[in-house]
Amino acid sequence: MSLLEVRGLKTHFPIKSGILKRTTGQVYAVDGVSFTVEAGETLGLVGESGCGKSTTGRAILRLIEPTAGEVTFEGVDVRAASRVQMQKLRRDMQIIFQDPYTSLDPRRRVRSIVGEPLDIHKVGTPAERRARVQELLEIVGLNAEHAERYPHEFSGGQRQRIGIARALALHPKLIICDEPVSALDVSIRAQVVNLLKDLQDEFGLTYLFIAHDLSLVKHASDRVAVMYLGKIVEISESTVLYERPQHPYTEALLSAVPLPDPEKERSRRRIILEGDVPSPANPPQGCVFHPRCSRAGDICKTKMPVLAGTGGDAGEHHQVACYYPARFDGGKRRVDDSPFVAEPAAE
Amino acid sequence: MPNRTLEVKDLSTHFFTQAGVVKAVNGVSFGVDSCKTLCIVGESGSGKTVAALSLMRLVPDPPGKIVAGSIMLGERDLRALSDAEMRRVRGNDIALIFQDPMTSLNPVVKVGKQVAESIVMHQGKDKAEALRMAIELLDRVGIPDAAARANQYPFEFSGGMRQRVMIAMAISCNPDVLIADEPTTALDVTIQAQIMDVIRDLQTTCNSCVIFITHDLAVVAEIADDVMVMYGGRTVEYGGVDEIFYNPHHPYTWGLLGSLPRLDCKTRLTPIAGQPPNLITLPRGCPFSMRCKYVRRECRDQWPELEIVGPDHGVNCWIPVDERRQLRAELDYITSVCVSDVIT
Repeated sequence: MSLLEVRGLKTHFPIKSGILKRTTGQVYAVDGVSFTVEAGETLGLVGESGCGKSTTGRAILRLIEPTAGEVTFEGVDVRAASRVQMQKLRRDMQIIFQDPYTSLDPRRRVRSIVGEPLDIHKVGTPAERRARVQELLEIVGLNAEHAERYPHEFSGGQRQRIGIARALALHPKLIICDEPVSALDVSIRAQVVNLLKDLQDEFGLTYLFIAHDLSLVKHASDRVAVMYLGKIVEISESTVLYERPQHPYTEALLSAVPLPDPEKERSRRRIILEGDVPSPANPPQGCVFHPRCSRAGDICKTKMPVLAGTGGDAGEHHQVACYYPARFDGGKRRVDDSPFVAEPAAE
Repeated sequence: MPNRTLEVKDLSTHFFTQAGVVKAVNGVSFGVDSCKTLCIVGESGSGKTVAALSLMRLVPDPPGKIVAGSIMLGERDLRALSDAEMRRVRGNDIALIFQDPMTSLNPVVKVGKQVAESIVMHQGKDKAEALRMAIELLDRVGIPDAAARANQYPFEFSGGMRQRVMIAMAISCNPDVLIADEPTTALDVTIQAQIMDVIRDLQTTCNSCVIFITHDLAVVAEIADDVMVMYGGRTVEYGGVDEIFYNPHHPYTWGLLGSLPRLDCKTRLTPIAGQPPNLITLPRGCPFSMRCKYVRRECRDQWPELEIVGPDHGVNCWIPVDERRQLRAELDYITSVCVSDVIT
């Protein structure tokens, strides 16, 4: 059994307008996302802004109530959980937020911020909680003295460490890292990424790592799911995905990432995508990517392809939602002229 | 080097605040030739943006002030110009693309009019002619259906499109120097690739020199001819792009290279320990000495002289050259950069 199973997750936000605030449309932020996360692994969730990756993370924790779909954590149906059950579940599922400047209460001391989960869940005696806070601060590379300070006394990287300490307080199993380092400077970013990695090794944590930086996601994740306009278009082991991308969007995304190596940059061919990401309030018919896709055929305009394995070199675990995926046989890349239509996975 | 388009010498810009003097830029020198791109790299607080604003003389005064140095644009020293003369230079000879396209356009003025504004001001064209030229410019930076789009307001544009508008504005008077202050930081990678393409194309057609400010070394590798690495208001190293990536001499440059996650290989990151410096309480010597692994006593006391280590490659560091080479050889991530270079 996987630690976390997400099936057909949808989160739609109503658009209200007029004096009567009638719902006149929907923003399809997350529109049918399915994946599993095994215990101890890191699943990267990557995509451009507005693709629904953060909403997915929050919907799993029910910080945003999902519209439809199933979320199962250790066999427990998260969406059906009552308030009390949900509180228990949240001991095991924590989140690290993107912006360390807004996710810490400026009027509370670090001790109270990091200790809050312990207070809420009534863990141990006050003295034990105090000791635990100090231990947590040391785990994330701060000093015990820092407990008496306020957030504004810390730099961005240190604040993010406080956020991590808070997430670790209850010995969670799963941590959703929502762009944990994108607000930080390059040299500090590397410190925090290494810290997350060390914590994972030490405490056997499972991460859902949400980020828009592909090199970072590749670095941090075992498997990667690529999202576009509320849907997962490709999911695979990270090295495989980066070496043999099958979806045209993944290919374009990878080729757009600059490499810190001038020689390689000069010899590189870039796929430049035309135009912008369409609005999730009005997604295109058929495959969501087809208006920007160079390989799109007639079938792409009618129906969204299902996420499925394509055979060949790609194992079962490499799945792509595309009618014209790049396929690899014996290391050779080819794109078939006839569309590849996968059967929807059996429920 | 004679006749560079822009030559900056010993520029110092300080901010006089109640908490103390912030030495945002502290004796920085650089130059750019036409058709070349100089990248200024550094983390937040390294002084890269203030350096750019100083060139435009846009540092808010008070509290900021350019306290020393010269900024030569061709034959003219920009520091000696009056405010009225400087206004004629801004937008006309030097233009700036700001970081955040969401906040740097006027939300209540139509896009075409905003672009036409500087054409009216600097080239003395009438409004109709300027608008026609503005539409041409919008078309040139890759905005589809430019004539109709010129009649829209900024909120109707996406982030990438707004950045294109900013670029159209900046190039409207064919400036000699185009300063781009983190123009792609707020954008997604696919849009970033589009914008970099636009900037590169324009550079070849306009003969301008570009000063590209960024914190992202990968972007530097893509676009730079020359690189200047800044830390704590100082230039710690400058050189050609290949020199900086394959033959870096300053420990801070090593640190930056080691901090980067890479798409093409997977090694553990080697971050720089410690926190970015507080610009009020900088040490007397090298600002990086507080975080440098190889710090020695003289580093803390005195700023090192510029040392020339190759053609057009200079570094400010107290560690002797031979020792530096040895130390660098022990860093496997820098050799891995060099090895991949040999293979390709």
